[in-house]
Amino acid sequence: MNGWSHHLIIAPILIPLAAAAILLFIDERRRVAKAMVSLVSTLLLLAVAFILFRIESGPNGYEGVYLLGNWAAPFGIVLVLDGLSALMLLLTALVAVAALVYSLARWHAMGSHFHSMFQLLLMGVNGAFLTGDLFNLFVFFEVMLAASYGLLLHGSGQLRVKAGLHYIAVNLAAALLFLIGVSLIYGTAGTLNMADLAARIPEMEADRRMLMEAGAGVLGIAFLIKAGMWPLCFWLPTAYSAAAAPVAGIFAILSKLGIYVILRLTTLLFDSGPSAGFGSTVLLYGGMATLIFGTIGVLASQALGRLAGFSVLVSSGTLLMVIGINDGAVSSGALLYLVSSTLTISAFFMLIELVERSQDAGANVLAVTMEAYGDADEDEPEEGDGVTMPGTMAILGTCFAMCGLLLSGLPPLSGFIAKFAMLSAMMGTGAIGVPPTIAVWLLIVLVILSGVAALISMTRVGIRTFWTSLEGTVPRVLVIEIVPVMFLLGLTLLLTVQANSAMQYMDTTIRTLSNPNLYIDAVRNATVVPGVDSGTGEGN
Amino acid sequence: MEIILSIAIGVMTSCGVWLILRPRTYQVIIGLSLLSYAVNLFIFGVGGVKTNVPPILSGNGADGVLADPVPQALVLTAIVIGFATTALFLVVLLASRGLTGTDHVDGRGEKR
Repeated sequence: MNGWSHHLIIAPILIPLAAAAILLFIDERRRVAKAMVSLVSTLLLLAVAFILFRIESGPNGYEGVYLLGNWAAPFGIVLVLDGLSALMLLLTALVAVAALVYSLARWHAMGSHFHSMFQLLLMGVNGAFLTGDLFNLFVFFEVMLAASYGLLLHGSGQLRVKAGLHYIAVNLAAALLFLIGVSLIYGTAGTLNMADLAARIPEMEADRRMLMEAGAGVLGIAFLIKAGMWPLCFWLPTAYSAAAAPVAGIFAILSKLGIYVILRLTTLLFDSGPSAGFGSTVLLYGGMATLIFGTIGVLASQALGRLAGFSVLVSSGTLLMVIGINDGAVSSGALLYLVSSTLTISAFFMLIELVERSQDAGANVLAVTMEAYGDADEDEPEEGDGVTMPGTMAILGTCFAMCGLLLSGLPPLSGFIAKFAMLSAMMGTGAIGVPPTIAVWLLIVLVILSGVAALISMTRVGIRTFWTSLEGTVPRVLVIEIVPVMFLLGLTLLLTVQANSAMQYMDTTIRTLSNPNLYIDAVRNATVVPGVDSGTGEGN
Repeated sequence: MEIILSIAIGVMTSCGVWLILRPRTYQVIIGLSLLSYAVNLFIFGVGGVKTNVPPILSGNGADGVLADPVPQALVLTAIVIGFATTALFLVVLLASRGLTGTDHVDGRGEKR
């Protein structure tokens, strides 16, 4: 990677930032102009993410180190692009395009500054995926969170404000824990650069190591709150189901951001030396508890939104457990699962709103629990203009069935392939060939049971929605609302067809991740660009 | 000096934790503010508590005593971000008060 293409690494941060700034100057009434700017920015982001992904899936490994301000590694902030971050960038861009197109039908006009906040959210998420510095990670986390507060409240209404209040309070407390963790690590290791930190940890004295591990633990809690590990997850189903449909769609990526950071830090910092495997027990059993809680929640949910919210927890729990096992073959299956479940949940959140449009608000919720969901409907937007989708119920039903198959992990879609890859590796028929321990058996049972629970729940809801809705009218669904859902589900289909090359990419990514020296050397050996004055060149 | 700083951080943290567990939104926001003050002091403290030393090595400060400038930079960022998010939380708090008619965090309790 050289020349102009080197600067592409920072583009996923700059493009949404510039778009968000431009959007602020466009009057709120000029919706088409705002939508166009936002759409162009997001499509540009998709193109950049795709190019970066292609570069990363090529033969060259860690060449994507970008020195911000042209300062050498431990002193300046670095952006690092590797297989994992390129994958996450692409996933974010895909989900973002779908959510944005969906929102253009009517949701973007439900309040002010939707597009600016959407772009800032993308900036924060992309920045967090790219950065190689712990404090910079905090800053991007806060950018992402601040935008998400606004987006969660988008559309207003009592339910959203209530859920938003809890969401903000929980995340403000998490941000404080993040700061405590970061400052403890800085106080003991004397650096915030992740690569530099990883190189220093094995040589640390015992008394400092204890404090550093305490800091890493506190830091981990902040990410686990975002990822939704039990018992830090009670805010999640309420917040996600209260959010407007396109917002919930893009929020699906936020919990994966927590997973990403945990995966990155555990593989990088606690790979070898006396601190090896720090926190893996917590992740393993915490993941199990999350999976159990999520499964019970999926079975108990009456409203579709909460069902989707608990599905996020099921997916987080599975991923956390796998990070806890810390085994290469299982992890590459888990990466495929991460991609597949993010696409599914995002599509599902957007589909829910279309499906529920045909019914009375809360018609399928028992009157007893109605209070928990608040008085709905006061915040529903008016119907938008546009082309109505023909054959609505058939398409909605097909999409719903696909979501069900993907969530429960049944063939033929990518949910099955991902779970199969994970389970076969766990049982020892994969690359490792080690007979599983009791904990791993428990894990296998839990993953399968969670799939069964998702199947039962989706079947129950599906029958109630599509087969027994007596007085239900056929909802009016616009083409630009159903197409994003079909786009995301089509991607899972693509993932199924291309499963072989996808698994190869995941394998390579995990192999690179499990050798942290590659990352450390790449960052340390990144050379300063000679003869570039500050003020010239993009991003310098 | 270190003792005073530690006691201050401890007192503010314990008050903050107690307050954010209270049912009224106003108590929660004061609790969060106290916690963020405590955390800011804590960040400041990890660089080592020193008085009257330069933040960088200079000609006459070459005896090796210097204050670490990084935590000072970190704490500035943390203060700004914490202030902004607290202000945002305040707005949501007011919206919640307006919509539910009560300042209970769950929107429950008697309307006042």
